Amino acid sequence: MAIETLDRTAKRLVLTVQDYSLFAYRALTNLFRPPIYWPDFLIQADIIGFGSLSIVILAGISTGGVLALQSAATLSAFGAAAITGRFVSLTMIRELGPVLTGIMVSGRNASSMASELGSMVVTEQIDAMRALGVDPVRKLVTPRIYSTIVMLFFLTIVADACGIIGGALVTVFMNHQNGMQYLDMAWEHLRYPDIIQGLVKPLFFGYILSSIGCFYGMRTTGGTEGVGHSTIQAVVTASVLIIFVDFLATQVMLSLFPSL
Amino acid sequence: MSDAPDSALPNPAPAAEPVLAFDNVSFDFGDTAVLEKVSFTVAAGETRILLGPTGVGKSVLLKLANGLLRPTLGSICLFGQEISHMSEERLFALRTRTGMVFQEGALFDSLSVRDNVGFQLIQEQVADDEIDRRVREELRFVELEETFDLFPGSLSGGMKRRVAIARALIHQPELLLYDSPTGGLDPVTSTTIIELIVKQRDVCHTPSLLVTHRLQDAFMLSTHRFDPALGRMVPLPQGETDPKTTYLMLENGRLIFDGSLHELLRSQNQYVRNFLR
Repeated sequence: MAIETLDRTAKRLVLTVQDYSLFAYRALTNLFRPPIYWPDFLIQADIIGFGSLSIVILAGISTGGVLALQSAATLSAFGAAAITGRFVSLTMIRELGPVLTGIMVSGRNASSMASELGSMVVTEQIDAMRALGVDPVRKLVTPRIYSTIVMLFFLTIVADACGIIGGALVTVFMNHQNGMQYLDMAWEHLRYPDIIQGLVKPLFFGYILSSIGCFYGMRTTGGTEGVGHSTIQAVVTASVLIIFVDFLATQVMLSLFPSL
Repeated sequence: MSDAPDSALPNPAPAAEPVLAFDNVSFDFGDTAVLEKVSFTVAAGETRILLGPTGVGKSVLLKLANGLLRPTLGSICLFGQEISHMSEERLFALRTRTGMVFQEGALFDSLSVRDNVGFQLIQEQVADDEIDRRVREELRFVELEETFDLFPGSLSGGMKRRVAIARALIHQPELLLYDSPTGGLDPVTSTTIIELIVKQRDVCHTPSLLVTHRLQDAFMLSTHRFDPALGRMVPLPQGETDPKTTYLMLENGRLIFDGSLHELLRSQNQYVRNFLR
């Protein structure tokens, strides 16, 4: 009995991965064949990018501030409080900026994609779109995926900058250290590989969170309860995958840039 | 028909190729069989009414008709093209030649009535003025021109169905598929919807397949015609029925009747008789 359950679960998992792979591939390659719905790209870029700006700024400033608070206490024990700026900027740019932005945007947008598309599925709007001769993946999914990839890239830069500013505010006003020294340390020890690492990751994270959100939305079944279920699955899967892919991407980056 | 439907006289074979042809079509959801060896045709200018109680597979059959679902077995020909194994890309092009009205209207709730009705034209990048003109024309047809700027959320159930009909008609379809267009509506609104369907049938002669479980609506389609002079639906003389409007009936996924209204009323099949009671 237990073996049967395990077998069924494994098969379902493999089937889901297969469906997701085909779906994500199709959504991605739609950009290279007409028709392309450019206005939808701009609308989604506004919703995903500008709409997420406030939470990304807030999360960035808070995280940078916390990093400065925590690190200054530890570093001062070794007489190294002066390198707080370096610590905050490297941590934000290489790791926390992309991951936090990815997870924040995932919470906001993967959920909204799953619930919006899921509602359209259960009210037959997706079928209606197909019946009108319009490919819903091309019209609804492809613009969301590319807009998320592009906007997450810029949101990560905003989060990085806000994190460094947040760290600077804590350093100056709470730790009573020299602000110029903080900024000098934050800037001088940055290398191109650090920036590359920090800006390559959001491209993957954007793809993951948007494709997962849309995938779970488009395969919604079971009415409004199903929409809720899809939304939860989308956010949980996207968040876990972002953290897992971050680990893999870091490994790859470290092997590509051994000096990091 | 393979399942020997209860019909006194077989329908005369249409001279031209049928617009839609089901040939031994079966469909299942995993272990649950929904349709079994269903065969019928819809000829040019013909209105076919698919009867059956709720949950018998009527909506599934309609979705199979334009490739929204794929049959498990059998073949479906739409406009002379076999669609059972056709790629989704090719189906999109073929579906633009059909119009479908969904059970609850299935209007895009984030778009205005204008954008809903003109959805296909917007995707084809038709000029805005032309879209406005054609949308207003279709809304006039369903007598809802005043809803042009409204959103579906502010429309009643009956208005949503009429907007859905306008959306299905805007591309001048060669086949219309109606999925319970009067389901859940009050009798007065239902009659308004049926009048629109009769008007479309008698003015444009578009072949259609209509799914319903409401006998009153189904019979009204046979016993009424649209009078262009009066601008409304009028009853046909006593005993006359529209010869191009015929009936199909499903029982547990099997087609048990295919024929005219008179044949339906004279049917000896117990299931049909129970349904008509």
